[in-house]
Amino acid sequence: MKIQIKRYTTEPKLHEAVLEYEVALEDATLLEVLYEIKTKQDSSLSYASGCRSSVCGSCSMRVNEKEVLACAYKVQEGDLVEPLRNAPVIRDLVVDMDKAYAFNAKAKGWLQSSSAKKALTLEDEKRNELQSDCILCGSCYSACPVYSVNEEFFGPFALTRVWKYVSDAREEGISEKIANIQTNGVWDCTLCNECTLVCPQGISSKSDIEKLRSKSAMEGFSDPNFGNFGGGFGFDGSPSF
Amino acid sequence: MRSDVLIIGAGGAGLVAALNAHKSGAKVRVLTKEYPTRSQTSMAQGGINAALGNVADDSVEAHIQNTLKSAHGLANEEAVKLLCEEAPKAVEWLDSIGVPFSRTKDAKIAQRTLGGASAPRACYAQDYTGLKILHTLYDRCNEAGIEILNERYLLNFVVNKDTYDKPYACGATVLNIRTGEVETYESASVIVATGGYSRIYDRYSTNSVGSTGDGIAAALRAGARLSDMEFIQFHPTALKNSAILISESARGAGGYLVNSQGERFTNELAPRDEVARAIVNEIEKGEDVFLDIRHLGEAFIDAELPQERKLARLYENVDPVYDLIPIKPVAHYTMGGIEVDEKSQSKLKGLFAVGECANHRVHGANRLGGNSLLELIVFGIQSGENAAKYAKEFDKSIETSAASQSANNFVKGVKYFSNQIDFYEKKAFLGKIFYNNAGIQRDEMGLKAVLGAVRQIQKEIPFMGPRDKSKLYNTNLVEFIEFGNMVELSEIILVCAISRNESRGAHFRSDIPQANDMAYKAHTITWKEDSVLCADFME
Repeated sequence: MKIQIKRYTTEPKLHEAVLEYEVALEDATLLEVLYEIKTKQDSSLSYASGCRSSVCGSCSMRVNEKEVLACAYKVQEGDLVEPLRNAPVIRDLVVDMDKAYAFNAKAKGWLQSSSAKKALTLEDEKRNELQSDCILCGSCYSACPVYSVNEEFFGPFALTRVWKYVSDAREEGISEKIANIQTNGVWDCTLCNECTLVCPQGISSKSDIEKLRSKSAMEGFSDPNFGNFGGGFGFDGSPSF
Repeated sequence: MRSDVLIIGAGGAGLVAALNAHKSGAKVRVLTKEYPTRSQTSMAQGGINAALGNVADDSVEAHIQNTLKSAHGLANEEAVKLLCEEAPKAVEWLDSIGVPFSRTKDAKIAQRTLGGASAPRACYAQDYTGLKILHTLYDRCNEAGIEILNERYLLNFVVNKDTYDKPYACGATVLNIRTGEVETYESASVIVATGGYSRIYDRYSTNSVGSTGDGIAAALRAGARLSDMEFIQFHPTALKNSAILISESARGAGGYLVNSQGERFTNELAPRDEVARAIVNEIEKGEDVFLDIRHLGEAFIDAELPQERKLARLYENVDPVYDLIPIKPVAHYTMGGIEVDEKSQSKLKGLFAVGECANHRVHGANRLGGNSLLELIVFGIQSGENAAKYAKEFDKSIETSAASQSANNFVKGVKYFSNQIDFYEKKAFLGKIFYNNAGIQRDEMGLKAVLGAVRQIQKEIPFMGPRDKSKLYNTNLVEFIEFGNMVELSEIILVCAISRNESRGAHFRSDIPQANDMAYKAHTITWKEDSVLCADFME
């Protein structure tokens, strides 16, 4: 089986190339194939990996222009493997996620709660169970088209994290959290749904962002983009620009 | 580049320690060879033990007794008592910072039974308990503004000597994986939280590829002592082909273990060492062994064990709702580690340790499921507070130039190793001989043969080395240094396993299948003196 891997290095000078490798593995995950190549053919091939079982989020990359976890993707003849987008490539399939992860802090993705205990009900817990399955693999971040126009967008996983806490029955800082995501936050999303399509955990950041938008409206915020277009809704409710 | 407390490792133990050192007023810096949410902790599935009695009668005393029983005489009763008494508070704290534990219908934290437990005691979040605890801790660190530097690989601890010639730890040298440069971090105290060494078993381990014992090996080189390194837990149910973990909670919920005839052959909820041996006996008879959870039903499986279903489908091509799951026992958790006192401090002053890399003497010869997540919270708090307190009282100087120079020489020198022998091949070989001869069942002859092979590998290391000579993001280099650490620890495991002429918990000697309390109800302590390995049994 042959696959193509996009290689990238800046040492000793910038060099990019798509290289073809042939491996004799069948029904193998991409991670197994990469390991086979690294240990048997080309030890300079660089990629990140950890748990091998889709829960640590280390080995996200793109195959045929779609984000996958290498450990959860079964390789097909002719696949083209590339690094994630929207994050600086360090080498080959490894990207620098520092800036991406920093959006978790910028978006205030944590629980703000006093020491007073509030017991969660079964229903409370189920409300954001899916969002708390996030493994921070960054697939959604890579698939998001907003970064081509706004590099400071908090992005899908950080906003899902905000929704996870805003929807937590124990959260006491809802207003503060909502106010914090008005700039570079919920309104920058185009609702294109690319993030949902690539999430290995079945999370829809797009839908979490929509819920955060409704919450924002309830808090008295509105979409700044409508203002920019000088329009709004007409008396009959139809948009006018 | 100085901090009060330097923490190596950003898994559950490291992050809990960081939060508590920070809370104690210390300036904290955390270094990790990956990213904080990518650690081994994310893979913990089953739960965290606390005798809350939320779904059935339970008591702290029962938790203590179960833990001691499974430890087979090698746990410290005081430490176990502390662990179990602090457990309800630990879970309460996790709940208060936002860990989304599964709930009962009456709004309590749900609990389930794991092996060796007399009551449903493990608090869980579906079968993503470790993932959800780890991510919540990470969020908490973001809130506290704790400095975490990613992709820094530990080389060695910095050790200085005081005016009485007593050594103390005061920093670490690391390889910045991205730049290829050696960096030196000074700190009044250091906490090691680098995880276990199960990857010595290579493909016969449930663990993340990062569980290579780096911190333990570095601590040994720095002058700390290790204890009970021969005790390695094999998880009974890993997927047969990929060694990926299927949680004990599948058996806790009523799953069966069956052989090719469809017959059950053991008590599925006995401690892990017993179940693993029962499975090996079946395999040696020529049977295949399966986990059967079909009778639990699709609704239950999807609600309580969603990850198990996903993993079985993806990595074994079976759907547990309809099919038997082929399994085998593989290395899962290393009980041994850096010897620490009741303050989580190692024999080397200023060097603290917590989590799987440490030995707090709570697991003894065999850890109970649900006690490792608990350990990293209880002792994470303890080590963070004590390292901060130590740092506050620290009044010595820190001199790092020698350590820095030697780390630089090492990284440069390793690249000139001759590369006549492929270390990846040796790594796979080491894993295989360990699994076959230093695994679930051992005997003197087999262990000695492996020790011979390990000593040969040690001699060959200068003829191995990374093929890739680049500076930037050289994972070939990092994997080679990891291999070196594993080889260093391999020798120790074997020396300990050969010296312990008895069977106890996870250390099962098929040539001497009984325990011998007279001679061996003691800890196997190892250390290095002038680079020579020393071992002794001590209370």
